[in-house]
Amino acid sequence: MSDPISTVPDSSGRFGEFGGRYVPETLTRALDELAEEYAQAKQDPEFQSQLTNLLNTFVGRPSPLYFAERLTEHCGGAEIWLKREDTNHTGAHKINNTLGQALLTLRMGKKRVIAETGAGQHGVATATACARFGLECIVYMGAEDVRRQAPNVFSMKLLGAEVRPVESGSRTLRDAINEAMRDWMSSVETTHYIIGSVVGPHPFPLIVRDFQSVIGREARQQSLDSFGSLPDRVVACVGGGSNAAGMFYPFIDDSQVELLGVEAGGRSEQPGDHASPLTFGEHGILHGSYSYVMQDEDGQTCDVHSISAGLDYPGVGPEHSFWKDTGRVDYTYCQDAEAMAAFDVLARTEGILPALESSHAIAKAMESARELGAGKRLVVCLSGRGDKDSNEIARLKQEGY
Amino acid sequence: MSAIDKTFESLRSQGRKAFLPFVTAGDPNLEFTGKVLRELVARGASLCELGIPYSDLIADGPVIQASYTRVLDQKQKLADILAAAQTWTAELSAPIVSMVSYSIIHRQGLENYVARAKAAGIAGAIVPDLLVEESDAFSEICKREDFSLIQLVTPTTPRDRALQICETSTGFLYFVSVTGITGERTELPPEVVDQVGWLKERTELPVCIGFGISKPEHVKMLAPVADGLIVGSAIVRKIAEVEEKGEAAVLAEIGELVDALTAAMES
Repeated sequence: MSDPISTVPDSSGRFGEFGGRYVPETLTRALDELAEEYAQAKQDPEFQSQLTNLLNTFVGRPSPLYFAERLTEHCGGAEIWLKREDTNHTGAHKINNTLGQALLTLRMGKKRVIAETGAGQHGVATATACARFGLECIVYMGAEDVRRQAPNVFSMKLLGAEVRPVESGSRTLRDAINEAMRDWMSSVETTHYIIGSVVGPHPFPLIVRDFQSVIGREARQQSLDSFGSLPDRVVACVGGGSNAAGMFYPFIDDSQVELLGVEAGGRSEQPGDHASPLTFGEHGILHGSYSYVMQDEDGQTCDVHSISAGLDYPGVGPEHSFWKDTGRVDYTYCQDAEAMAAFDVLARTEGILPALESSHAIAKAMESARELGAGKRLVVCLSGRGDKDSNEIARLKQEGY
Repeated sequence: MSAIDKTFESLRSQGRKAFLPFVTAGDPNLEFTGKVLRELVARGASLCELGIPYSDLIADGPVIQASYTRVLDQKQKLADILAAAQTWTAELSAPIVSMVSYSIIHRQGLENYVARAKAAGIAGAIVPDLLVEESDAFSEICKREDFSLIQLVTPTTPRDRALQICETSTGFLYFVSVTGITGERTELPPEVVDQVGWLKERTELPVCIGFGISKPEHVKMLAPVADGLIVGSAIVRKIAEVEEKGEAAVLAEIGELVDALTAAMES
């Protein structure tokens, strides 16, 4: 009998054939130290209780599992339940990971933290964790994202972080990761890189998945408590894939629960118009791990597009690639206009402004509700709140959305 | 024995050190890269590193990053680089080694990359994002094809690991002088001399030092302990000025830089 799908990665960070570590030699020792420190912390009851206490009293966990009654009525089909990560302190799931990694930073005796951010949610969550623990914080952010997520940039500064706009390449999340990695190449002995998604070299995809798995563990128990069974389908959006990994992982061995990951479908299916590597990409290497990636025939990473800064990324976490190839998770994509429409529906039926990222999951959950029909139940990860997107949405609406 | 092995054997028998300049393929165009390579070899380069532009490089600083971006913006393809390399290697007396991301090698297929690079006369590859524990498959192909796979050791590499890397690296060992990215430094850490000295006592493999080297003082400090020195950003920075200054002036400046550095090496 083969091992359950949950028993990855192996000791070299492989999720099946995906993952691993493709980085300059300079970073090896720090990655080894991090893997070792994390393995110890995972077994350390004191670390775990400190983290749980922070999640409960600082973040406000557990986040509610909320029955979206009017949205369900609007769609006419399966019940839609929202896992409300938007109610977390700092407004998204990202804080689950940054607090865990900030505690690891302290354990390793490091005083300086760097991070990359796309939508700015991870940047804010990192700046928050650093302020909470008195750590120096530098956030790299693509210049295009600095423009379209201005409220988050200001929040980071208020929290005492330095935001460094990245002007290279496509000036988005991917370039911010490159720049953070370059900083880390020089600062690795005194600095921890709090990566914001389930991407990057081993052990990051493992660590981030584990810290985010609180989402799925809670949602699983809350489903049993709220409606006496596991949901029929669980839906989450996938950029790098951290909220989806955290949501799916605790359900991964429950084979009766269908899992649906939603990538950013952008403007069209043409290359360059979307950010859906699991649907349209190739097996390749980006940012230190082997996974699905949008790349050309030479191996150069392609430019991608999404209205949502947090999903505007040409790669995806290696565990998602593994789940796709094993068939355990279905992946689909949602285009910009569908996500915008879902944003409006959720705002007006439930009084909740979802993040543009999460709106992609809402759109496909609405479709799923009609497809599954009455009597079934869906749980959707509402990964973040949409306040940060208000200005960008206003701008997009004038452009004709 | 690859062309790189032969180069170091010959240098050793003469008691000389290798000068290894780096240039980006196609910056600002392949024709000029050919001219730069000819100039470098005429001035005494023992081996030339040819940087294959990559979109998401991590180990390189702003100078090489900007150079790669200039080339990729022109939509230059790997096939164009390899075709040009074939004409260069046919006439140059010094071997060419590719500096290339594993993303590119993987996308071509490991066997296919080696076959195409060899057909272009390229003698090996430096793969800055391929760690020793991930390199078994590629290393085996390189050994079989007598294509050098140059691996890197850095100041953060533990000593036992450095010895393990020496065992799998072929051609030479690339010792990274600093904990950081490529680019000229005012000063280089003095510990590198002892670190390389320690390794040299334990390996037969030629050890070349790179990252940050741009001045005769650096060369004087490092040349006694190394088998060769690698200079990249200082040359690429001059190439970046070709539009402004013209080809002849830039080639002359590169020539002067190389003369100053090689003179410091021999002294």
